[in-house]
Amino acid sequence: MLLPLLVLAPLLLAAVAFALPAARLRPRVLLAGAALHAAGVTVLWVRRPGPTLGGWLAVDAPGLLALSTVSVVFLVCAVYVQGYLAVHPERDNRVFVGSLLVLLAAMTAVSLAQHLGLLWVVIELTTLSTAPLIYFKHDALSLEATWKYLMVCSLGIALALLGTFFLALASAGPGGPRSLLVGELVAGGPALSRPWVRAAFVFLLAGYGTKMGLAPFHAWKPDAYGEAPGVLGALLSGGVTNIAFLALVRVLQVCNAAGEGPFARRSMVGIGLLSMMVAVTFIVGQRDVKRLLAYSSVEHMGILALGVGLGGAASAGAFFHMVNNGLAKSVLFLTAGNIQRAFGSKRVDQIRGAARRLPVSGAAFLAGFLAITGSPPFSPFYSELAILDGALGGRRFVVAALFLVLLAAVFVAMGAAVLRVVQGDPGDAPVPAKFRDAALTAGPPLALMLLVLLLGVWVPRRLLDLFQAAASLVGGAP
Amino acid sequence: MPSLTSFLFVLVVVLDLLVLASSRLRGAIRTVALQGALLSPLPVLLATGAHQTIHVIALALGALVVKGLVIPGMMLRAMREASIARELEPIVGFVPSLVAGAIGVVAAFTLSGALPLPIAERHALLVPTALATVWTGLLLVVTRRKAVAQVLGFVVLENGVFVFGLLLSDFMPVMVEAGVLLDLFAAVFVMGIVMFQINREFSSLDTRRLSSLRD
Amino acid sequence: MIRAAISFVAFLALSPLLLGVVNRVKALFAGRTGPPLLQLYFDLHRLLGKGAVYGVATTWVFRAGPVIGLAAVIAAGLVMSFGGAPALVAFPGDFVLFAYLLGLARFFTALAALDTGSSFEGMGAAREVTFSSFAEPALFLCLVVMARASGALSLSGMLGDELAAAWHVQGPALLLAAVALLGVALAENARIPVDDPNTHLELTMIHEVMVLDHSGPDLALVQYGAALKLFLFGALVVRLTLGFPIASPALSLLAFLGGMLGFGVAIGTVESTVARLRLVRIPQLLVGATVLSAFALVLLLR
Repeated sequence: MLLPLLVLAPLLLAAVAFALPAARLRPRVLLAGAALHAAGVTVLWVRRPGPTLGGWLAVDAPGLLALSTVSVVFLVCAVYVQGYLAVHPERDNRVFVGSLLVLLAAMTAVSLAQHLGLLWVVIELTTLSTAPLIYFKHDALSLEATWKYLMVCSLGIALALLGTFFLALASAGPGGPRSLLVGELVAGGPALSRPWVRAAFVFLLAGYGTKMGLAPFHAWKPDAYGEAPGVLGALLSGGVTNIAFLALVRVLQVCNAAGEGPFARRSMVGIGLLSMMVAVTFIVGQRDVKRLLAYSSVEHMGILALGVGLGGAASAGAFFHMVNNGLAKSVLFLTAGNIQRAFGSKRVDQIRGAARRLPVSGAAFLAGFLAITGSPPFSPFYSELAILDGALGGRRFVVAALFLVLLAAVFVAMGAAVLRVVQGDPGDAPVPAKFRDAALTAGPPLALMLLVLLLGVWVPRRLLDLFQAAASLVGGAP
Repeated sequence: MPSLTSFLFVLVVVLDLLVLASSRLRGAIRTVALQGALLSPLPVLLATGAHQTIHVIALALGALVVKGLVIPGMMLRAMREASIARELEPIVGFVPSLVAGAIGVVAAFTLSGALPLPIAERHALLVPTALATVWTGLLLVVTRRKAVAQVLGFVVLENGVFVFGLLLSDFMPVMVEAGVLLDLFAAVFVMGIVMFQINREFSSLDTRRLSSLRD
Repeated sequence: MIRAAISFVAFLALSPLLLGVVNRVKALFAGRTGPPLLQLYFDLHRLLGKGAVYGVATTWVFRAGPVIGLAAVIAAGLVMSFGGAPALVAFPGDFVLFAYLLGLARFFTALAALDTGSSFEGMGAAREVTFSSFAEPALFLCLVVMARASGALSLSGMLGDELAAAWHVQGPALLLAAVALLGVALAENARIPVDDPNTHLELTMIHEVMVLDHSGPDLALVQYGAALKLFLFGALVVRLTLGFPIASPALSLLAFLGGMLGFGVAIGTVESTVARLRLVRIPQLLVGATVLSAFALVLLLR
């Protein structure tokens, strides 16, 4: 009963938020939804319920990991929104709060969905519910970003539907499961029609890869991240892209069972490395802080694809990295939002001395940069190390070398921009200060940053087991 | 005798090519509406057993109303209210896009020959028609500048997916099929709203103006 | 053999009548009585009785143009099968000869136009050659479709009863090819919507501007050649769209003549109801015809 409730409760609260006449109370509804959701997810950790609704909803290791990340990031963002909306009292928050709650419900449903048709529907729902959020600023640029986001993601989602149909067709052969439930597809793997599974993988990789923002399907990402409020950037990079990755993991499970695993994993390694390369090209010389973060997100989605593509130890590392990237990227987007407000710009050449004008946000931004580029002792270092270890263990030396070189290039290129922003004298900045760190806007990212640090120092046994369990679902050489 | 169904499939592909070649937006929208209307009887024509009659007829009627009437109607309305110019200015000319469409048709037929169907074939032309239509839709979205034309391409793409979905109507749950129609509706609806906003903001629905965000 | 000879003579004799039908239909659409059905015969007779005028800049090429043009079209008629009757000359692959005899006629017409040294005629030649290079792939694909559907490589076989029988299984493909072939026929014969045979504005002319300098018997040859060419394409379209085999030669001939009448009416109707395309749109029409015939071939090959 808990699983459907986790989806329905945010939907219900979204309806409340839409109906509520008092704008002042709506952020509180959001907070209540986030807190309820976090409580529900905590219960899942304590006692994992069995599949419900005929097996359509269930909790497994990768789902629980993605769901927990979503819940944590959403809770932090919900606190942050309290402060954010107080800064912008002039904007109508009805659609904003309502869409956020619908987005939460959709992301939860994706994490729990074990039916590929349902999975597709709720992924589409995440697209529809984020569109009004990107347009929250109601100006020409955010409109442009919204249009591109809708167009590109709709195309991707249509291709994903076709891929889902292919998979359904593949399951319909003699002796096939004739179902889209992941469990039944995996169980009936050998009876699937292999050419159609392969075709389905190609379409689903393009479709969900678009949602994830893998190159060359990342066209929407810099625009949407650049123009949306920082809090949405956090939710997109910490939630939506992660659950799109989860959808690809489900597809990979089926491909493995059908014997198309090697082809699928090779494609993942290829597209992962390509994404990292494309990201590096655009990070070098990037003038816009949020677009910089967007390309960093492209890079890290590439790392996730690379990790599960390599398989074995690298897969476990990829799931660890999914959590880490979600948390650390959220820190970066939330603090970048603060910096943008304090300097009236998000251009690298117009921001100086963020660490002095915003001591907490500036420091968290710098720490987030160090974390996301894989510096110890933050947790992404360990997950990237695990992926590298997996590559070396699988004797994929060329892949490992490319991985290292690209990571180093990103570190240098991103560092050049971030240090310019953080250091220096804020008096040089063209716009005088008008926004300062407050508990509600600087506290949430700081808490999240501490969590990233904590995961780097100590990972609970339960979590490690979950990474292993998730990796064993994806398969590949140990 | 060549059946009515194969004429329908061939006509759907010909309409794909016609949309690629048409230079007038209104004509293109009408062509897509006709394509949607032609697709709608297919669930009935392809139905194998009598056990799903109501479901099949509902799907056909739904497709007719949504694909043939509502969506084209909304797009024509959007054109009227936003006073969009009739001429299409493609990024890729009409002749090259027509040739690309033809290449896609040939590829679709070759590819579907290489992919043997695991289930009893509904109709020899179903898979190639679906793939060719999907390709046409992709081509339209990528090579047209006007927002309305891009949405039109998306609708064509969904038409192709719909055709492919017919192959599965025996064992796919109703929910997913209904999802196809509803989803298309929702997507076009949301895009429609955004289009009105674009028009208000830029006083034009030309996506070339949407080019300040770039690297 | 007798049947072939009779139908060839009918081809030579009836061609100007087909143009008469087209013009009568156009006149009816316009609410006029129009010229008599046999007007072209009178015109040819009158022109043959006149002398020819040659410009001082022209050479033998200009004089040879109409002769070679007419000869090539008549030779193309030799390999053509009319209404199910076998052709006078038939061998595997003769459809290639057919297409290139028409090409030869066009080549010499264009050469004669260039020989005048007039800028308008040169422009017309350039347009004619450009558009025919778009029409040629469509024509060939249509011929290949017919060859594939009938299983024969000679025009006599391609237009025989096997083609009509193939409609039962390959109906959609043949319909597409017929539509494409009609488009090619309109373009190759300089009809609306590609070209206007009645226009008097040199700037918009394509085919007509090339023959402006011809006079007297030369002009008669050109006009007669144009009528023969239209009849040849009509024969192709009519046999392609017939749709059912007819055993009796007499009935077959009757059906063919009826079909040609229908072809004339169709051309007249198109000319009266469709606006002429802008020049830039013409390649689009022809590429469209090519794409349709390619699609037809794909349907046949799978």
